[in-house]
Amino acid sequence: MFDELTSRLETVFKKLRGYGKLTEQNMRDSLREVRRALLEADVNYKVAKDFVSRVEEEALGREVLKSLTPGQQVIGVVHEELIRLLGEKATGLKPSSKPPAVILIVGLQGSGKTTFTTKLAVHLRRKGAKPMVVAADLKRPAAIEQLKILADSVNVRALVPEKGESVLEAGPRAVAEASETGHDWVLFDTAGRMHVDEEMMSELSQLKELVSPHEILLVLDGMTGQDAVNVASAFEKTLDFDGAVLTKLDGDARGGAALSLRAVTGKPIKFVSVGEKLDALEVFHPDRMASRILGMGDIVSLVEKAGQAVDAERALEMERKLSEADFTLEDFLEQLKEVKKMGPIQDLVEMIPGFGKMKRAGLSLDENALVRVEAVINSMTPRERLNPTIIDGSRRKRIAKGSGSSVQEVNKVLKQFFHIQKLLRQMKRGRRKGLSFLPF
Amino acid sequence: MLSRLRAGLRRTRDSLLSGIGRILSGRADSEEVMIDQMEEFLLSADVGVSTSEKLAQKLRTHLREGGAGAGPDLLALMKKEILDVMKRPLAESAPGGRPHVTLVVGVNGSGKTTTVGKLAKYYADRGEKVLIACSDTFRAAAGEQLEVWAKRAGVDIVRQKSGADAASVAYDGAEAGLARAASVVLVDTAGRLHTKVNLMEELKKIRKVLARKIEGSPQEVLLVLDASTGQNALIQAREFGSCMGVTGIALTKLDGTAKGGVVVAIASELDIPVKFLGVGESLEDLVEFDPIEFADALLSEENSPSPLS
Repeated sequence: MFDELTSRLETVFKKLRGYGKLTEQNMRDSLREVRRALLEADVNYKVAKDFVSRVEEEALGREVLKSLTPGQQVIGVVHEELIRLLGEKATGLKPSSKPPAVILIVGLQGSGKTTFTTKLAVHLRRKGAKPMVVAADLKRPAAIEQLKILADSVNVRALVPEKGESVLEAGPRAVAEASETGHDWVLFDTAGRMHVDEEMMSELSQLKELVSPHEILLVLDGMTGQDAVNVASAFEKTLDFDGAVLTKLDGDARGGAALSLRAVTGKPIKFVSVGEKLDALEVFHPDRMASRILGMGDIVSLVEKAGQAVDAERALEMERKLSEADFTLEDFLEQLKEVKKMGPIQDLVEMIPGFGKMKRAGLSLDENALVRVEAVINSMTPRERLNPTIIDGSRRKRIAKGSGSSVQEVNKVLKQFFHIQKLLRQMKRGRRKGLSFLPF
Repeated sequence: MLSRLRAGLRRTRDSLLSGIGRILSGRADSEEVMIDQMEEFLLSADVGVSTSEKLAQKLRTHLREGGAGAGPDLLALMKKEILDVMKRPLAESAPGGRPHVTLVVGVNGSGKTTTVGKLAKYYADRGEKVLIACSDTFRAAAGEQLEVWAKRAGVDIVRQKSGADAASVAYDGAEAGLARAASVVLVDTAGRLHTKVNLMEELKKIRKVLARKIEGSPQEVLLVLDASTGQNALIQAREFGSCMGVTGIALTKLDGTAKGGVVVAIASELDIPVKFLGVGESLEDLVEFDPIEFADALLSEENSPSPLS
């Protein structure tokens, strides 16, 4: 999701690493690039400006540690500051003391409230709670049906306003019903509204008065640009919400809105909603996100995800192979199969450290490409898979025929494989003392 | 209609132009500071780094060449530059056969279905016989939503069960369009992120099916873009463009504080024109895009406080 930003920062840092000595001039140049990268990631221009000047202050004021190059130190500072800006630690929902706990889900039109509401219900139920959802969007045509269908599909009780009943009437009724039926969480899916629509905003404050929510969550489209600060501050003023949810981060949006929102309101980002599957909800981890931005990969999330699909032993083995670079085509094939089990490829690959680089070096992965790669590798003999250097012209022709592809395709697979092998070796060598977690 | 556009755009220009008069008044400490402020001003409107830099550079060149140093002349210059970008020759939609088919695409939540409803009303008001095909068979209750809009606009709608093949609904739509002698067919599609390869393939299939049924169709592929979208909109336009050959953009939700400035970047880098603006939630809140109106409305003198200032 932060591909572009990551690639920009990588370029900047590569330059920085090249400097033996950090002068005010070369640092200023680099920081200008950092600012540019943040702007292209839709971070608010004032936030970006502040961010850069804070990094500069920090980095210049710091004594250079012996084990680090000045460049590495700046990178370290950018990383720390990003985490600071995103919020130090993950914050899920506040624990509720007296059920039913009401959650108001608010936001602009099309930000993804209804889908998130259902996902949150699934998330809560997985933790052993008994949630119900309330359709409080009487404005958009068929919004109520949408929530009802989604809730039904995951067997969650959906309360729908009766004909002629207003949101302000249905709200308290829903809470009363929840206490009777033993539902401990009540999630209100409210109508999308423009933050400048005074009438609609005041409806929300009235609803807030009536149902005294445990939490109010602002849902924000992860692709939002500079306007994120206006939206966030308007909702903060009217409702004083408790936290935010970023949606649609499964695309290539760079998510700078996350940084803007934090900077303007100081509210934590609590969840990240990725994908249309109703279990695709993640608790927001600032540190992981910062690493992702810097191209350091999100190995923790990857391992967690893998844990759900791959058995631990194999994962360990895979990890060992990745780090030792005795990585063969057999491993490549096996890994592709495991990866396929874990879910949409695009979501996964960007968690791999250094993957940004591989992708930009021409390794593209879509699900169909995987099938073709698999076919090519399957058409090799075991010996070829262990030692691909023996694959000459005539072997290539045979493999192409066997896999129903072309020699070019076979060449491409081999090239990609050698490339990955090389990168893995580089990564291994790249581990230095000091900042050994940095893959560059 | 103009007043509606103005009202919708007023906030746009409020925020886009917060203090443009002040910036260009020549009161800044130096010309470089003024140029920097101008650039930031454009950045704050989502115009994007490259395009903002380009426009700021024009300002710099103008000042270097001894052009007027302050006030209305500079404003006129910026207006002209934005206008130059926005009104490049449009890629004319292919004539094609009848009915005229518009395929509406975009990411989730950008406002496709609402825009289709408004477009139906727009064409119906102009005496066209409109038919809507609901190819969004994925999102829960999308069909019901569109049906409400069709009823409001007083036009026919073709849909299938949820989960049906999207291309087959498009086929039905084209067939019904021919059979009922419709002059305009609007095809609503499910929202999809441009990074999902298989969903983009589905769009191509819809396109193919339409072309097979009605020669030269879809004559228009409209990308619906939420005005609050930042620089990702540029990537969206590029991806949908290379996959589908987008012929125009409908910019929605201009009734908030969003600036929608990214369309300037899109016009500048991809030559995709804006065709419609969505300026509210009712059926009539769709206006044709007029670059002169847009640039004028964008660059007018009004201030709005920014939460960060």
